[in-house]
Amino acid sequence: MSFFYSIQQGFKNIMRNKLFSLVSIATMSACIFLFGIFFMIVTNFQKMVRTAEEGVAITVFFQDNTSEETIFDIGQKIGMRPEVRDCIYVSAEEAWEDFKVDYFRGAEELAEGFENDNPLANSAHYEIYINDVSMQNALVTYIEAFPEVSSVHRSEVAANTLTDFNNLLKYISVSIIVILFLVAIFLISNTVNVGIAVRKEEIAVMKLIGATDYFVRAPFVVEGILIGLIGSAIPLVILYFLYQKIIEYIADRFNFINSIIDFLPASNVFRFLIPAALILGVGVGFIGSAITVRKHLRV
Amino acid sequence: MIKLEHVYKAYSAGIPALNDVNIHISEGEFVFIVGESGSGKSTLIKLLLKELEPTEGTIIINGKELNRVKRRQIPKYRRNVGVVFQDFRLLKDRNVYENVAFAQRVIGMPTRRIKKSVPRVLSMVGLAAKYKSKPRELSGGEQQRVAIARALVNEPKILLADEPTGNLDNANAWEIMKLLQEINRRGTTVLVVTHNIDIVRAMQKRVITINQGVIESDTISGGEE
Repeated sequence: MSFFYSIQQGFKNIMRNKLFSLVSIATMSACIFLFGIFFMIVTNFQKMVRTAEEGVAITVFFQDNTSEETIFDIGQKIGMRPEVRDCIYVSAEEAWEDFKVDYFRGAEELAEGFENDNPLANSAHYEIYINDVSMQNALVTYIEAFPEVSSVHRSEVAANTLTDFNNLLKYISVSIIVILFLVAIFLISNTVNVGIAVRKEEIAVMKLIGATDYFVRAPFVVEGILIGLIGSAIPLVILYFLYQKIIEYIADRFNFINSIIDFLPASNVFRFLIPAALILGVGVGFIGSAITVRKHLRV
Repeated sequence: MIKLEHVYKAYSAGIPALNDVNIHISEGEFVFIVGESGSGKSTLIKLLLKELEPTEGTIIINGKELNRVKRRQIPKYRRNVGVVFQDFRLLKDRNVYENVAFAQRVIGMPTRRIKKSVPRVLSMVGLAAKYKSKPRELSGGEQQRVAIARALVNEPKILLADEPTGNLDNANAWEIMKLLQEINRRGTTVLVVTHNIDIVRAMQKRVITINQGVIESDTISGGEE
């Protein structure tokens, strides 16, 4: 009974204090909007980094006279490691074929002289693509420990840069989310404070006629949650359309950007953004109102 | 019913607001508490509502020692004590019915019972016809009657009235006093803090006079008890 009454009162509170509710919803919307914009930028950046990471390969060469069987065996062991996404075997013949295509284009007859004497006879190797470039060093150490491995080629600069960039992105996103969260709690708590100051007398009356803390607090908390819910739904709708428009606009006007960045489709971004924004909005509404009402309950 | 034994209340290092107060009020009594402003009357009401804790001494209400009532038990305790204030303290954005019903919602009363008890108590205070009115549409006397209805709807054993006629003209003040007397006649113990000496004299009830935190006299109908 009092549960439904609290929910009903929470709705009524919003209508009773229209101006206060509007200010709170606007505040919340602004915070979630900023969060959304930031989220979109970060997820697209992450995708860029991931695409770049996927192109980073390690090449593993073997000692002369290593049997194919041993090479396959090692390849299998490497392929089992969790950080390895792909482990592609390139035989000496394939290596020669590739080489021919690259270097004897237009003069294929020159290559024919080597037909029965593959100059790359001992160049069977693996091209290894990994999931996470930060794991590259560990993997290289592992591979180098095989006595049959003669050398491991890797792109250290690319790997390090990508790892650094990825870390930077993580730090920036965590700090911006924390800052936005704190700012939103502060603003919501402030606006709820104003709302409560107006209703201080009402709270005092409630307490004097025997209302429990729960009974007094619940409608305000319901109100906070509703404000959070509405305040996050509005920017989500705006951001959804905005995101699609921006992608379309860039695709139309700036072809060169399109060739560098392949934007994530809206559905991919919003699959995570919608729950994140709703949890953030409802969480901030809940925490902001609960903390603030708590302060005023001692009557 | 209400028992204060050697109650002291000091707000700071200065003169105590209440100094060694001993009061015994039996079930069904009607008692006036009178005294100058700052004499300690309001402190007494606040102690009885457990808004304040005594510095020393014991307060027993309905057989319960208030010192032992824990913070989370306060709401339950207050439901047995009706309270009326000088400034009515109605919820301005709700109508008469909702203001009275509110006291029942607070204690989790089912709506079907609220629908029976609110009209009953409103007709008792003579406001059954105005159940839809908002407080601002009512006179001071009517607002105080709504407050009394709210205090009574949960059928408390004790009704505390802190200056209930303080904001009312003489005619309305008398209406309220008659209502309180009627409530007392039905068995509720009534404790009224007031400045209105004319009413106190005319009502011929027990009168406790407090002066600078000390009980100066405890009389009935002008004679010593």
